Amino acid sequence: MENNVVLDMKDVSKTFPGVKALQHVDFKLRKGEIHALMGENGAGKSTLIKVLTGVHDFESGTITMAGTNIVNKSPQDAQSHGISTVYQEVNLCPNLTVAENLFIGREPRKFGFIDWRTMNKKSAELLKNLDIDANATDKLEECSLAKQQMIAIARAVDMKCQVLILDEPTSSLDDEEVEKLFVLMRRLKSEGVGIIFVTHFLEQVYEVCDRITVLRNGTLVGEYEVADLPRVKLVSKMMGKDFDDLADIKGDHKKLEKFVPVIEAKGVGRKGSIKPFDFVANKGEVVGLTGLLGSGRSELVRAIYGADKPDSGKILVNGQEAKINAPIDAMKLGMAYLPEDRKKDGIIADLSVRENIILALQAKKGMFHLMSHKEMEEAADKYIEMLQIKTASRETPIKSLSGGNQQKVIIGRWLLTNPEYLILDEPTRGIDIGTKTEIQKLVLNLADQGMAVTFISSEVEEMLRTCSRMGVMRDGKKVGELTGDELTQEGIMKAIAGGDGNE
Amino acid sequence: MNKDTLKNITSKRLFLPIVCLIAVLLVNVIKTPDFFKISLENGVLSGYIIIVINRASELVILAVGMTLVTAASGGQDISVGAVMAVAAAVCCQILSGGATSVTSLAAPLILAIIAGILASALCGAFNGFLVAKLNIQPMVATLILFTAGRGIAQLITKGQITYIRVDSYKTFGGYIGKCPIPTPIFIAIIVIVITQIILKKTALGLYIESVGINGTASRLVGLNSTLIKFLTYVICGIMAGIAGVVASSRIYSADANNIGLNLEMDAILAVALGGNVLGGGKFNLMGSVIGAYTIQALTTTLYAMNVKADQLPVYKAIVVIIIVVLQSPVFKKFLANQKAKKLSNTASAEGGK
Repeated sequence: MENNVVLDMKDVSKTFPGVKALQHVDFKLRKGEIHALMGENGAGKSTLIKVLTGVHDFESGTITMAGTNIVNKSPQDAQSHGISTVYQEVNLCPNLTVAENLFIGREPRKFGFIDWRTMNKKSAELLKNLDIDANATDKLEECSLAKQQMIAIARAVDMKCQVLILDEPTSSLDDEEVEKLFVLMRRLKSEGVGIIFVTHFLEQVYEVCDRITVLRNGTLVGEYEVADLPRVKLVSKMMGKDFDDLADIKGDHKKLEKFVPVIEAKGVGRKGSIKPFDFVANKGEVVGLTGLLGSGRSELVRAIYGADKPDSGKILVNGQEAKINAPIDAMKLGMAYLPEDRKKDGIIADLSVRENIILALQAKKGMFHLMSHKEMEEAADKYIEMLQIKTASRETPIKSLSGGNQQKVIIGRWLLTNPEYLILDEPTRGIDIGTKTEIQKLVLNLADQGMAVTFISSEVEEMLRTCSRMGVMRDGKKVGELTGDELTQEGIMKAIAGGDGNE
Repeated sequence: MNKDTLKNITSKRLFLPIVCLIAVLLVNVIKTPDFFKISLENGVLSGYIIIVINRASELVILAVGMTLVTAASGGQDISVGAVMAVAAAVCCQILSGGATSVTSLAAPLILAIIAGILASALCGAFNGFLVAKLNIQPMVATLILFTAGRGIAQLITKGQITYIRVDSYKTFGGYIGKCPIPTPIFIAIIVIVITQIILKKTALGLYIESVGINGTASRLVGLNSTLIKFLTYVICGIMAGIAGVVASSRIYSADANNIGLNLEMDAILAVALGGNVLGGGKFNLMGSVIGAYTIQALTTTLYAMNVKADQLPVYKAIVVIIIVVLQSPVFKKFLANQKAKKLSNTASAEGGK
């Protein structure tokens, strides 16, 4: 046995009612390595992490750290064994200072009282040591999300962790912030910390990781050195099939010949969130909106949809001026909106897949026109089949589905209302690559059938593959549009960054 | 196959409430063997079981409203007891025409009852406005009427207990003509049936659950979350009004200090007993109804066992503790884990053969 192994999980199995979440999975983490844990949604990555950190208990298998068997009953337990976790959503207290967050639960004391001076001094040292640009006495909520993430990591590091788990830490960071995070990760690595890195971004895996463990459907596919596993092979290992259709899906997409506007926004704006903008969505066209996070992409579509009521301008639907006071008005005019935050704004967690699918149509029909049980079941079955939603049954609560499948349910919900104009805000975030391609194909198909689609995504590649025109957002303002030859990775980057004559 | 699984789920959701009810009834049968004996006395049915069902009526009606409020807003309406008193006061004051005690009605019965229920609906609307529109926590919002309600009732009756010594008014708490079954039982059943019909025939049930689980997402799929929450409070008010009229009819008077006293807590308990999560979301109306009957059975049992009225809360508290523990996520998780372990053990044992 190699002697630099810090963590060794052997033959771990975990069953949820009706699902074998993990079956005889082995996982080995060595000192000073960054180890990517990869797999599609529902492959068992989260379960493995949760078993390791004591959130879930497991039925069989062993976890060994530095030669001794351990069983973690709770995250605190795990922490005391030197396993720290930083989650995608930072779970620190935004209303406390950076120093308080770093030392919460283990404050330095003097005569039983908290020794603020020492605490702030120690915090400042720690931050400086790790090159984190933040003041110990700043409120955490004043720091950017990336800094918060780093502070969470700093806390974990200071607690002498040997194993650091980063669960999708980069999904809400921009490129520069990701780069900073990587610098920090490399530093920790050189200090001998073993890092488990869970992510959906392939590029990032190849940038920082040393090894990759791939899971599929709760079973171990294998452990590989990064150098031995080219990207295409990794994807095929994750999906369990050869992967060839990522390349070109736009091929048989019809080129639009005449432009029939479905939605026209003229001077629509909302104080404090988006400056007045003009926007047109044509029949059969996929229009993208691009820009950095928080640049007003979501705010633009939310203003059109009536999710946040605009305070200026007018909206024309099929040439007629429309009054939109609430989402229901927009729905009645044939709009559909898939929100950015699936958990918060999309799913109704405790309701079944069936109820989640029919909900929008039912709301459109009104309270006194309840759909019959048969209609509901037929509608649910239709979209479960069409979108290949993986669910135990149509009566399963949506919360027990994996993220990608939840997203498909929400897409089904909107397709059922038969919209003329479909807004998709980050429909592929946090979703595995196979499902991503499926969704992209679906979008193009829907456009071919005459639907107007607005597509928002943080991944430029994905936008290039689906959109034929792209609006560019910067600082809450629509600054330009790109079409034809301008639609290249470089062109978009330039437009987002601003500077030359895109305005 | 699919129908079977569905049946399994519904039976599971009602499983615990029914077990509780049966447990209470079993204790009764052991302690008082003639508990289930029903006899005809003076032309009306009598016996413990009839008393339980009769006395539970107001609680059942309140529990129906409380269930909807809980589901939609994730909080409880603690003003229902006081609102009962308001409805009773309005109703009796109109019937008496302002006098303390009357032997003939000063206004048509139906008018007075409608006015009483309207008053309670108004109270519900007030609560609903505070909770749904102003986003005040339900407990705090309804605390206003919880404290003020009985005072309002006193103001209406000018501080006196108004007696309506008229047989036609006593019907609602007593008997209709020669019918041997007490009227409150019918009223409770009618309320349950109508509510069930509304929930089954309209999308209200689905809307309430959806809003209760995720208000923002519900708004984005076109539901008017504010209106739906508001509606549940109005319905809850109406239910309190109906219960208030029944309670007042039983004692043919409007006793502002005693009508519906402490009943709000029993109604909340009934909802919890019914397997409903007090944090809102999915709900089970029949569970609450069973819960309400269970509580009344428990109360009657304790009285039958000569427990004094002021000691009653202690026993109720014990029952509540047991139920809350049984339904807590920690306990459920523990059970599920035990089950999973057992399954995997047998599976591995079989694999080993």
